[in-house]
Amino acid sequence: MEYIPQILFLIMLAVGFGLFAKSAMRIRRNVLLGRDIDRKDRASDRMNLMLRVALGQSKMVVRPIAGTLHIIVYAGFLLINIEVAEIIIDGLFGTHRIFAPVLGGLYTAAINFFEILGVLVIVACAIFLWRRNVMKIGRFHSTEMKGWPFKDANYILIIEIVLMCALLIMNAAEANFPDEHRAAGPFLISGLIAPVFSGMSYETLHLIERVCWWAHIAGILFFLNYLPYSKHFHIILAFPNVYFSKLTPKGQFTNLESVKKEVELMLDPNADPFAAPAEPAGEAEHQRFGAKDVQDLSWVQLMNAYSCTECGRCTSNCPANITGKKLSPRKIMMDTRDRLEEVGAIIDVNKGTFVDDGKSLLHDYITPEELWACTSCNACTEACPVNIDPLSIIIDLRRYLVMEESSMPAELAPVMSNLENNGAPWQFSPADRFNWAQEG
Amino acid sequence: MSEALKVPTMAEMMAAGETPDILFWVGCSGSFDDRAKKITKAIVKILNKVDMKFAVLGTEESCTGDPAKRAGNEFTFMMQAMSNIQVLNAYEVKKIVTGCPHCFNTLKNEYPELGGKYEVIHHTQLVQQLINEGKLKVEGGEFKGKKITFHDPCYLGRANGEYEAPRSVIEKLDVELAEMKRSRANGLCCGAGGAQMFKEAEPGNKEVNMERAEEALALKPDVIATGCPFCNTMMTDGVKYNDKQDETQVLDVAELIAQANDL
Ligand code: SF4
Ligand code: SF4
Repeated sequence: MEYIPQILFLIMLAVGFGLFAKSAMRIRRNVLLGRDIDRKDRASDRMNLMLRVALGQSKMVVRPIAGTLHIIVYAGFLLINIEVAEIIIDGLFGTHRIFAPVLGGLYTAAINFFEILGVLVIVACAIFLWRRNVMKIGRFHSTEMKGWPFKDANYILIIEIVLMCALLIMNAAEANFPDEHRAAGPFLISGLIAPVFSGMSYETLHLIERVCWWAHIAGILFFLNYLPYSKHFHIILAFPNVYFSKLTPKGQFTNLESVKKEVELMLDPNADPFAAPAEPAGEAEHQRFGAKDVQDLSWVQLMNAYSCTECGRCTSNCPANITGKKLSPRKIMMDTRDRLEEVGAIIDVNKGTFVDDGKSLLHDYITPEELWACTSCNACTEACPVNIDPLSIIIDLRRYLVMEESSMPAELAPVMSNLENNGAPWQFSPADRFNWAQEG
Repeated sequence: MSEALKVPTMAEMMAAGETPDILFWVGCSGSFDDRAKKITKAIVKILNKVDMKFAVLGTEESCTGDPAKRAGNEFTFMMQAMSNIQVLNAYEVKKIVTGCPHCFNTLKNEYPELGGKYEVIHHTQLVQQLINEGKLKVEGGEFKGKKITFHDPCYLGRANGEYEAPRSVIEKLDVELAEMKRSRANGLCCGAGGAQMFKEAEPGNKEVNMERAEEALALKPDVIATGCPFCNTMMTDGVKYNDKQDETQVLDVAELIAQANDL
């Protein structure tokens, strides 16, 4: 009988981590539906960038209030989770505060520190809730934030507050234990709450302590399994996402190799126009120019979608969005994730193969009107705290529109033919190109 | 205004058996747009002033393909790029200065993979170098003590990380350099990039260039300086729309230098 809690604990742990592993594998599979792209170069630059931007959150503090609060929640959450190590050991071996006798005074100091952090986390989360729900800061209330995305953010903040409260109440209850039952404490903050429980019997106190203990670990496992369905997956993906982000200048767009080959052939005076296509039979299947659906994007772009925190910094800096156009780079990322989840679900239902559902990222999720509003100014990529690149997706979708669907705003068609015929976007004769030097 | 411009072409140089130190890539706007031609001439005046051995391609120049690429038309871009690279490589060009951040970005970043490897700089970077090396002496002239704000072109600033060169050149003019709240990495686009210059804006509640011009005009500057012919057009329109063209001029950094020093 006495092993029942330990067995229950083991089962809970196994189910919690097992389900998480399953979700993580699903996301990995979805991300790898993307085209290959080489981002393995310059490993040390990438490592530095990851330390600075993901771990050091260097881009978060561009907005000092949100940035500082975020660092508190992040650091608090990470450090307090050191305590989870003890909880797991205690849970598996039926011990109670196994580190307390080993660490002695250091243990008290550590828990005091965690308690202070815990309070800071609660305060920061409360301010975040305030900013979202009472102050109604604009970027949290745009059209793409209606419904689930808005609730998601609130849920997470509430879960964090509940987790931190459970820890503090647990310690406060134990502070009232008779000396022979108390493994450690009283501690700094929970000591202040302790009087609330004074006068209660040891049995009641012990029950409260146990309930909080179980609530805390169960809460953490729930949180872990909530992550993959939430924008909060960024606490994991921010790291690889920054590591694999674009290192070349922001203005540099990719050159499409397939187009290059075709144009080379066209321009080559020695090419035999009647010769059979040069490609070997294997490559005969036409690779789409640009992207129509998520599978046409690269795995980095798909990982971007899962890493997006929906913070809206990109959108609030986007000149198109600022001036009332439909384009929102955040929505581009959210749409990409939603469509990818949809494609993943279709693959799951059909035992591993994708069956065309007649839908695509382009048109069904993202409209040409949004795409054509982009000035390619890179304000979004600059603002993104986790180095997401919405612009690259916009351009890939535009490429599909233009090169596969021959569709573009009416004014651009003559621009393209002018470029091809006159070597300038306007209808001037190339022979007049040097006239400026003769004009006074 | 001093003596006539000296603008040698690559073909002439080649015929005379000479090689220029640098190729001046003028760009479509700088070649055809009446306003931008003035910027082109200001750059030439500076080059002439320091006796730079330079050349232009003249009628052999063609669009870099930037608007096509940003619009998603990789075919048109690729055709432009490959034929330009053929011309440039035939002349064995090593170093290029551009009068436009879009040409600068495309030549510098996107041509190398296609076989066009050159050292490419923007004209504000060249002017900064010339001043730093003592080859170009500048004074504030008519701009001395005036208030100037610099609008960062996206393709010079964020796209290529160059925020300082134009500012350091402007500061040499003994002026008050006033910064807009959205400047440098946070700069707001003028609205022209990504092929927007050549199309109507999508439906919205404001034009991007109005938003930007209002921000600049709020500083009550004597001059809004830019380093891009497209930004210049956009900001000029914005200033005119606000009926402030008598108080605030829109000028390229090269024009500031040329005008202040009677070139
Ligand atoms: S690059 Fe496009 S999407 Fe990104 S901020 Fe600029 S206009 Fe908006
Ligand atoms: S793309 Fe980046 S900046 Fe935009 S909402 Fe997502 S995380 Fe925030």
